[in-house]
Amino acid sequence: MNKLLLSASAMLAFAAPAAAQTVAITNARLVIGDGSGPAEGGTVVIRDGRVVAAGTGVVAPAGARVVDAGGRWVTPGIFAGFTRMGIVEVDAVSGTNDSSAGSSPFNAALDVAPAVNPKSSPLAINRLEGVTRAVVAPDNSNGSIFAGQGAIIDLGVDMDPVTRPRAFQFMEYGEAGARAAGGSRPAAYAMLKNVLFEVRDYIRSPASFADRGKDALLTRADAEALVPVVQGRVPLLVHAERGSDILTLLMLKKEVPGLRLVLVGAAEGWTVAREIAAAGVPVIASALADLPESFEQLAATQSNIGRMKAAGVLVGIGTINQDEARQARWEKQYAGNLVALSKMPGASGLSWGEAFATITSRPAEALGMGGEFGSLRAGRHGDVVIWDGDPLEIGSSAVNVFIDGVEQPMTSRQTRLRDRYWDPREGTLPKAYQH
Amino acid sequence: MLALAGCAENDSGAKSASSEPTSPAPGRGKGYSHDPFPSTYRTYPGAPTLVTNVTIFDGEGGRIDNGAVLFRDGKIVEVGQALIADAGVTVIDGRGKYLTPGVIDIHSHLGDYPSPGVEALSDGNEMTSPVTPEVWAEHSVWPQDPGFARALTNGGVTTLQILPGSANLFGGRSVTVKNVYARTMQGMKFPGAPYGLKMACGENPKRVYGSKGRAPATRMGNIAVDRQTWAKAVEYKRRWDKYEDKGGEPPSRDIAMDTLRGVLEGEILVQNHCYRADEMAVVMDMAKEFGYRVTAFHHAVEAYKIADLLKGNNTCAAVWADWYGFKMEAYDAVNENLAILEKEGACAMIHSDDQNGIQRLNQEVAKARASGVKAGFDISEAQAWRWLAINPAKALGIADKTGSLKPGKMADVVLWNGNPFSVYTRPQMVWVDGALLYDANNPKLRPVSDFELGQPGEGDVK
Repeated sequence: MNKLLLSASAMLAFAAPAAAQTVAITNARLVIGDGSGPAEGGTVVIRDGRVVAAGTGVVAPAGARVVDAGGRWVTPGIFAGFTRMGIVEVDAVSGTNDSSAGSSPFNAALDVAPAVNPKSSPLAINRLEGVTRAVVAPDNSNGSIFAGQGAIIDLGVDMDPVTRPRAFQFMEYGEAGARAAGGSRPAAYAMLKNVLFEVRDYIRSPASFADRGKDALLTRADAEALVPVVQGRVPLLVHAERGSDILTLLMLKKEVPGLRLVLVGAAEGWTVAREIAAAGVPVIASALADLPESFEQLAATQSNIGRMKAAGVLVGIGTINQDEARQARWEKQYAGNLVALSKMPGASGLSWGEAFATITSRPAEALGMGGEFGSLRAGRHGDVVIWDGDPLEIGSSAVNVFIDGVEQPMTSRQTRLRDRYWDPREGTLPKAYQH
Repeated sequence: MLALAGCAENDSGAKSASSEPTSPAPGRGKGYSHDPFPSTYRTYPGAPTLVTNVTIFDGEGGRIDNGAVLFRDGKIVEVGQALIADAGVTVIDGRGKYLTPGVIDIHSHLGDYPSPGVEALSDGNEMTSPVTPEVWAEHSVWPQDPGFARALTNGGVTTLQILPGSANLFGGRSVTVKNVYARTMQGMKFPGAPYGLKMACGENPKRVYGSKGRAPATRMGNIAVDRQTWAKAVEYKRRWDKYEDKGGEPPSRDIAMDTLRGVLEGEILVQNHCYRADEMAVVMDMAKEFGYRVTAFHHAVEAYKIADLLKGNNTCAAVWADWYGFKMEAYDAVNENLAILEKEGACAMIHSDDQNGIQRLNQEVAKARASGVKAGFDISEAQAWRWLAINPAKALGIADKTGSLKPGKMADVVLWNGNPFSVYTRPQMVWVDGALLYDANNPKLRPVSDFELGQPGEGDVK
């Protein structure tokens, strides 16, 4: 299999990625990622790692490296709306799992940025399937509804994975929040109210927070980390599934003016979609949850996203509690399934363009970062993928992946194992010598 | 509970004080009931139906373009191209659509880990001993699991095997059911399907019991406890065979050993949770040592590394398309697992092990096929469809009854609204034994389990 054996040597060429050059991808079946469908004969130009132009009337600048897409699909890379990629190598091997810290005195202060490992194998595995950027959230532990500060990362092969550290705070509400706060929703809500009160106290007089002893309900570091949340400078992502829990959180927004609430999960979001839309709160939803897996998801249906979208809610796809450390690549399949629903009597699906936007621009917009990520509009990070077919269709593959304008290697541990065992039998030497 | 982990004695050799009268020989297999919880499944009435102008994957690798399938009285009657409908036959124009046998999932926990996933309903792992062949998954199955409905309407699943979990080395018996709601588990039970025995190797048993400070705590402990148990089972079988053949004093019954005797007899099929290639090789030799065969390894994330050994041992692998990395023994997954197995001539199939995945097994097969094709193994869609049709039917011992569109077989049929290898396709109609139990155009034909009745979302599209 010559084709397969090429990959190992090809990887060497990428050991030190060239600084981003000016790249023009021409002759593209171009998808901007803003909800519109594909347009033939498009061109994308990336300079200094950013998109400078994308469209059908765009001309490749002189001196640019021209990549002829040959009529193939060209899209923004997948922006994974809620993951734990890069902070978990093997879930069940605790030493490799930095998603939560059950024995730490800190919660809101925990910052995933230093923990992100660019060599974590899920990054390469997802990169070669067209995932270029991801929201990475910590997980909470018993004792607090607050999980800590999440980051936006890129999946590039370099050693600098964090695009934006401390990009948001993540909080659990509903059943998980209740459990963490002591056993009930009222306890979770009381914790939330108390924390907000304490943070305001901290803002008034940081010094008074210096020596409050071990028994303080909020450490100084946690209070400090929540200041930008209370001041509306970073979004607060809250996991909630039940319709009534969502309404409770929307009320909170009234109480804390400026709070940038983003709902995560929202299996029953459709039941209160009008209220979510009226509050202007975006949602990062699970795409295909359709089972009453808990009593807070009794109304779960795959039509959830379609119905919320129809009600005017800004919705992107995220993968909370769905293999979020490793399977962001499944989001393409999820989005495709939402298109499938548009053919089903009584179901609410999405158009192809809108479905693609739920895994590119919409989650970025939900975080208030649509100007930076998730589409090929001018000024966005140069995350571009050339595909050999419809990117939402099963069987289509990413052919070239650019992150910040830098073309990426297309190998992973999985492709190496595949190459080694394509013929499973040992040859003239043991398998360990085949590399 | 009988503690069987190498400690309990089955001392039926000892004479009991009240020396029982000896009995005449009951005959082999007749010493005790092998079917104390028999199936009460009844097929529902269905109209004689002819689907025409449809693309057919017959489930055995065949494809018919512009084909037609006729079924009546619950059975497939004819499969071909230009079939003529008699009077009284419902004719469905399948233009632009695809027809396949009903999807079969060989690895499910619907009913024993149902939705809602609350502690009160978590009934899949008898985590009190590593050796529990005496437990039967069917005694845990809650027939009101909403998951059955989703598997039918979104996945086209008509038959599934419900297994105990994988905490124990010997997890207990599985049950194969038709995906038709009933008031009782027995009302769903697939008539005449053999039992399976769920076994597990690797991380789970050693983690669960090692953490309790008891055997097994290591992989070598796993195999040691397995072999001790099989050695007892061989002895148990010998005593019962002798009694059934020759009469005399009946040996003591041991419900756990009944199951293992059934395996050694070949009437119960071993369904073995196992991830790693090296471990699967050891387990296959252990099977030879005690005279049984592993019917299928489940999960088998590293099956591709030993495709030739699996083929040589006539053992199947039931795998995911692309799950990986959640624990060490899943670390070496490749997307081409199924394709390599198929390429090497091993018996392979898809499985879900998941209440969501079971709704999309056609898509999982599509992914696995696409990975193989991209890597250079050109397998047709019709051939790949065997991975969720005839292959799991064979591994469940029911291939004579279902798993393909062949005359005389159960009319377990899915009409898809497009090519089922596409993400954009969903089931349009599903028949089980010729009864139409789902029709996307008819909200009345949408199952609502007792649990969902009167709840938010009742009767909604799912």
